[in-house]
Amino acid sequence: MIKFSKQQLKVPKFMRPVYLVTGGNSQFARAFPEKRTEELAIDAFTMAAELIGKTPAELKEYIHTCYYGHFADHFGDQLLGESVIHDRLGLDPLGNIGVKTGGATGGSTIWEAAKAVASGYSDCTLAIGWERMDEVPTDEGNHLISCAADKDWETPLGHIYTGYYATMAQRYWQIFGKSEDSFRKTMAEIAVKNHGYARWNPFAQAPMDITVEDVLNSPVVAHPLLALDCCLMSVGAACVIVADEKTAYELCDNPLRLYITAGSHTLRVADRRDMDIPLLPNESEDLYKDLGERFPGGDRYPGFSGFLAARMSAWYAYRMAGVKDPSEDLDLVELHDAFTISDIQTYEDIGIRPYGEGRDYVESGDCYHTNPNTGKPGKLPANLSGGLIGCMHAVGATGIMQVVECILHIWQRHAEVHGDEKLWKSFGKEKPGDWQDVQVRDAKRALAISHAGVGSHVTCTIVMHPDHLLKED
Amino acid sequence: MAEQPKVSVAGSAYKIDGKAHEIQPNQPIRREDGKLCGVTNPRQMTYIHSYGGEAPFFEGVAEGKLLATRCDNDKCAFKGTVHLPFRIYCPDCLRKANIIDVTDLARKTAKIHSYIVTSRTGAFNTLDIPIRFVDIEIEGIATILKSYLLVGEPEIGMRVVPIFRTKEPTYTITDLAFAKEGTKENELPEGFSF
Repeated sequence: MIKFSKQQLKVPKFMRPVYLVTGGNSQFARAFPEKRTEELAIDAFTMAAELIGKTPAELKEYIHTCYYGHFADHFGDQLLGESVIHDRLGLDPLGNIGVKTGGATGGSTIWEAAKAVASGYSDCTLAIGWERMDEVPTDEGNHLISCAADKDWETPLGHIYTGYYATMAQRYWQIFGKSEDSFRKTMAEIAVKNHGYARWNPFAQAPMDITVEDVLNSPVVAHPLLALDCCLMSVGAACVIVADEKTAYELCDNPLRLYITAGSHTLRVADRRDMDIPLLPNESEDLYKDLGERFPGGDRYPGFSGFLAARMSAWYAYRMAGVKDPSEDLDLVELHDAFTISDIQTYEDIGIRPYGEGRDYVESGDCYHTNPNTGKPGKLPANLSGGLIGCMHAVGATGIMQVVECILHIWQRHAEVHGDEKLWKSFGKEKPGDWQDVQVRDAKRALAISHAGVGSHVTCTIVMHPDHLLKED
Repeated sequence: MAEQPKVSVAGSAYKIDGKAHEIQPNQPIRREDGKLCGVTNPRQMTYIHSYGGEAPFFEGVAEGKLLATRCDNDKCAFKGTVHLPFRIYCPDCLRKANIIDVTDLARKTAKIHSYIVTSRTGAFNTLDIPIRFVDIEIEGIATILKSYLLVGEPEIGMRVVPIFRTKEPTYTITDLAFAKEGTKENELPEGFSF
């Protein structure tokens, strides 16, 4: 049983408002045989500068400290890879530090960069993340990823992280999905959606025009997970610039407010002890009193079917930012769709739907840009970038790419960037003839979840237009 | 490939007998048009790893025993909690936990909490495929041990019993596996026993 002290449930508060000034991405791909990581990092940084009409050199003048998100040193065979990038970005002799929290590394990097500004230590920080996952073959990459599990108790078991994660999926599938074909189809719809949205994203690695049947016919990875249920393995970089109010408005006319929090849970799923569900602002005390009756076996919390780290990150973030109900207060989300089923689990962890009812977020059409059931705008579009399934999972960059997406939507500049034919061409791609604009109209508030593996670390980032805050400072 | 080194402890230092690493010639990586893109960096090396206070667990498995730990600190708010995976210190009060033998308890009460069957593995895998990953509930134990099933097809709620690689053990977690309840000795894989 985990019990919280009053001190542990303090609602996080920044000492002063923190702003996102801009952000940028490199192209994302399975491999870049002809590009060094620093070239990708500079691509991302240059995009961030150009979006606010600055040269990279002009933007660099404002940066005071640097936060580098890079998860797996093993992949690049380079310890202190952060120092290599720092040097190549020409940011010496500024203070810098590397951040590593598995799949949540990108989010955690922003978390650190934000706190430096919030405390007054820095007025402007760089958060940049990347991953180099092409310097080993896929099966060796799987071994290296499995080293993020417990090296004595888990890694020797197959050297395959999916094996440690997928038993959680199995439990959710049987208890909450009730092993239903209809649930399996709902999972497939997420893959269709996210690969589909990737078609309109020039940065994306895996655009695909596929059907539910294509997903269901894809090779079995570990039942019920099929190949097209799984995220990508990617190379690429992404960055954001974080600043205090004065600096933010010096740098651009439309900086966005940033709130960010983090949660954690045991590295080994094995160690997860039974506890009461921490409730979000839109949940009542009696919401889960009959959970075990409605879903037999589902009453052990978080068990294998919930991610406590995600729940805690949202618990802190919603209270910090004044979110009462994510579906009502937010305009879009970018979630960590490592697997279609974990995407559904996250809907519940962050309160988009109650525990046990995550599938409804997809089946209702709420998660789409345009609701396929009604033809009207989706209530809370998810992963319009294509997410980890369609766009990329370059681990250290992932949580940052999500936030770049949020910025572009709230700036109403999503189509300007994603529809830019020159950008498509610079990546060696043709802009699709049927390209679609998936800008969320009038988006004012967005959320991104950055999540590590079986849920050891999760950050919750909330980005808001400063004229549309939900809570007074 | 060089012969594996033998590592032992002499006093408070490791003693390495043999060669722990081997450098191999690298190769250029070229584009189709012959232009150089990079190089390969092949190598073989040996890590030396201490089990520290968890060593009794891995020694125990090789001897056919399943050991857990229990917090017996009167001042701990969670006194009596049993952990498997074995924890050297109670995660609540951070006092040393006591080692207890839960082999019989596992034989009588272990069941599958969840499972997955997969033929995907990473490099360096030593298990036969498909691997039947199982997570094991044992009565009175607060945690859910991850392992693999060597006899039977897994289902949630299925009763299983621990089996141990006591013949030529590897002293890793792969020496512990599970089999469906009722499995006979002659159905166990080579090297494993109850």
